Amino acid sequence: MDYSTLLQILDSTLRLATPLLLASLSGLFSERSGIFDIGLEGKMLAAAMASGAVAFLSGSVWLGLLAGIGASLVFAAIHGVASITFRGNQLISGVALNFLAAGMTVLVAQRLFSQGGRTPPISGEARFNPVTLPFAEALRDVPILGPLYYEVISGHSLLVYAAIALVPLSWWVLNRTRFGLRLRAVGENPAAVDTAGVSVVGLRFAAVAITGVLCGLAGAYMATALQAGFGKDMTAGRGYIALAALIFAKWRPVAVLWACLLFGFFQALALRPDVVEAVIQVKVPVPFLDALPYLLTVLVLAGFVGKAIPPRAGGEPYVKER
Amino acid sequence: MAENTLAIELKGISKAFGPVQANKDINIAVPKGTIHGIIGENGAGKSTLMSILYGFYRADAGQIFVGGRLTAIPDSQSAIRAGIGMVFQHFKLVQNFTVLENVILGAEDGPLLNTSLSKARKVLEGLSRDYELDVDPDALIEDLSVGHLQRVEILKALYRQADILILDEPTGVLTPDEADHLFRILKGLKDQGKTVILITHKLREIMEATDNVSVMRRGTMVATVKTAETSPERLAELMVGRKVLLEVEKKPATPGKVVLKVDDLRVRDEHKVERLKGVSFEIRAGEILGIAGVAGNGQSELLAALGGMMRATGKVTLQGTDLPLSGKGSDGQSRRRAGIAHVPEDRHHYGLILDFSAWENVAFGYFNEPEYQKNALFMDNDALRDDTRRKMEKYDVRPPDCWLPAKSFSGGNQQKIVVAREMEQNPELLLIGQPTRGVDIGAIEFIHKQIIALRDQGKAILLVSVELDEIMSMSDRIAVMFDGRLMGFRDPEETDERELGMMMAGMAGKRSGQGEAA
Repeated sequence: MDYSTLLQILDSTLRLATPLLLASLSGLFSERSGIFDIGLEGKMLAAAMASGAVAFLSGSVWLGLLAGIGASLVFAAIHGVASITFRGNQLISGVALNFLAAGMTVLVAQRLFSQGGRTPPISGEARFNPVTLPFAEALRDVPILGPLYYEVISGHSLLVYAAIALVPLSWWVLNRTRFGLRLRAVGENPAAVDTAGVSVVGLRFAAVAITGVLCGLAGAYMATALQAGFGKDMTAGRGYIALAALIFAKWRPVAVLWACLLFGFFQALALRPDVVEAVIQVKVPVPFLDALPYLLTVLVLAGFVGKAIPPRAGGEPYVKER
Repeated sequence: MAENTLAIELKGISKAFGPVQANKDINIAVPKGTIHGIIGENGAGKSTLMSILYGFYRADAGQIFVGGRLTAIPDSQSAIRAGIGMVFQHFKLVQNFTVLENVILGAEDGPLLNTSLSKARKVLEGLSRDYELDVDPDALIEDLSVGHLQRVEILKALYRQADILILDEPTGVLTPDEADHLFRILKGLKDQGKTVILITHKLREIMEATDNVSVMRRGTMVATVKTAETSPERLAELMVGRKVLLEVEKKPATPGKVVLKVDDLRVRDEHKVERLKGVSFEIRAGEILGIAGVAGNGQSELLAALGGMMRATGKVTLQGTDLPLSGKGSDGQSRRRAGIAHVPEDRHHYGLILDFSAWENVAFGYFNEPEYQKNALFMDNDALRDDTRRKMEKYDVRPPDCWLPAKSFSGGNQQKIVVAREMEQNPELLLIGQPTRGVDIGAIEFIHKQIIALRDQGKAILLVSVELDEIMSMSDRIAVMFDGRLMGFRDPEETDERELGMMMAGMAGKRSGQGEAA
């Protein structure tokens, strides 16, 4: 494998890791607050459809992005009402929303555009286009680092950089702010938060809303940056891989970044089975590469790579009692 | 400030949960700068009343005056603002946070943590100096002992500038030493002009620590008296509504031959941590061996291993026969057949199935017995129910309705159901853990009498309890457990709480050795 092939693969790694990263960070907020969210997939799908449709109809990617966030927020709100207000089962609510999104996105897209459940292709202002970072052209000829900067680091859409910036931001919010302290506390022991005079319900809804916004970004990225429009089931299980990354990273923001880059790398390899075969001299079936993130997560859950301790109050509705 | 101003005054507080009237027209006045005890049996409404004061529940009727002013307390935030702090029986702390983080949670000074943390560090230093409340502010909660956890809870309240501190059953999990320390802290708080409300069911603590005491019974306030002008007997009578025997009456034991011999018993938990580190003892027929100790020092594992609920290594002999400690024959059913009855510590998880009716609960362990089989396929449920009715009558279970689900009985009656089932199988050895936890005084008296009666029939009894009073009054011999080992044996007549307390804290007592009952 030559250097330029490696750069190509790293370039796709970053592009493919971004939706995972956004979704995984979104799930991090909800889960650290004690609300498990298996519905990342559904929220991404809803956001992808809404952003693709609105971006096409309005011609503005920003309106599309807003629509995506809005759609994801609606799904997050339903999950919040079901699991916080009515203390329902969080897994069932999440699964139900995933099914709802899978069916409804296709239905709405078909009603609007009659193109077999897809939204029409978008281009120009209706899409997030690659941004060339400063000096990328000038540094292109610097050996080794120049092409790395030009090919891999530069030339992505704004959302890629936003996703990466969100990693330190999430860490800071969680560990250095009052909101973060309370958020972590409510996921560990809601009774402690309640008796300290802080609203458990308010905190959890805030967390679920953040999840909605970030998951909206992830979905919008799928339809308006990674692809040019929405297609049936376009998230293809990324919501679940993001969840796997979150567990793999033990619910910590910086580790989430590494997990998503790793899983994105596997996805990039799955697109280039020829390269994999050339490097390791064995023909690896693509489904095996697709399954790698899950296999790794199972290993983590089985305790082989350190112990993954979920937030203690995760999945448990809070019932006030003494 | 005048001596007689009131910190808290409650007028006509009522609260119902469905058909249950938890508080009925409660009036209470707590003078400023005093330690005020509230005593009552389980279910008397003490905790409900304090939860209303802390804004956890809303009263159906009544008024709350704080410092003489009518105050509405719809939520905990308002209670904190009014200067009320609460230390719950089950601590409300975040396990993987530091002490400092727990203290500032909900009382942060701004959106960023840095300033709050450094301020809290200073305040905590001052508080620990003033009140003997020393805790490492950077320690993680999960690494601290219960005594320290309680101090963190008190610090939390003081950091929120509470003038009135409510403590709900604070000594349940403490060693006598830690309890003494707690009372010194409370005394210090009182001297600084703070008001302390102490909820407990332990008469001794009331007598030692409080200035005034209010007695509750079945949701009503029965009396408020000056502690100096009353006696434990009088208080117990007020609590129960009739005269009760506080001292257990029993004849001296007449130990017979050895029933149970335990040699080097070891147990590991699911994390492979050794919980029982080589325990050896004997119990003779007609003898009660009491195991004292702070909860979590291996007593639960001892009961579980002997009762067939946990695998163990070592050697256990019951009336000369070796009991398998793992694999075939080490299950609870085999132990029962071997003649061991077990009243588990946690009756809600191991003693009863709460949603099942009383007769089904009493049938556990017996439904395979020949006398309850109608034919090859069916059990004789009528026989089981008749049997249950007989046991319920004998053990005074109220109400005596064998169809009622276990959860509908009070704590004391639930325990009587378990005790009836276990004792009526006429075992050679009775394992009984926390026999009176969450049980009202009347039922305690009854259960204690039954245990003594079983002993007098020449049975061996292993009694595990965290209540030192219970151990001292019931046992014929006392062993103290600490960190998975027995620290030594004592004769209850020749030891005192002080010595046992030292042993419970891991310090060897004055004498050592195996101390066979002479």
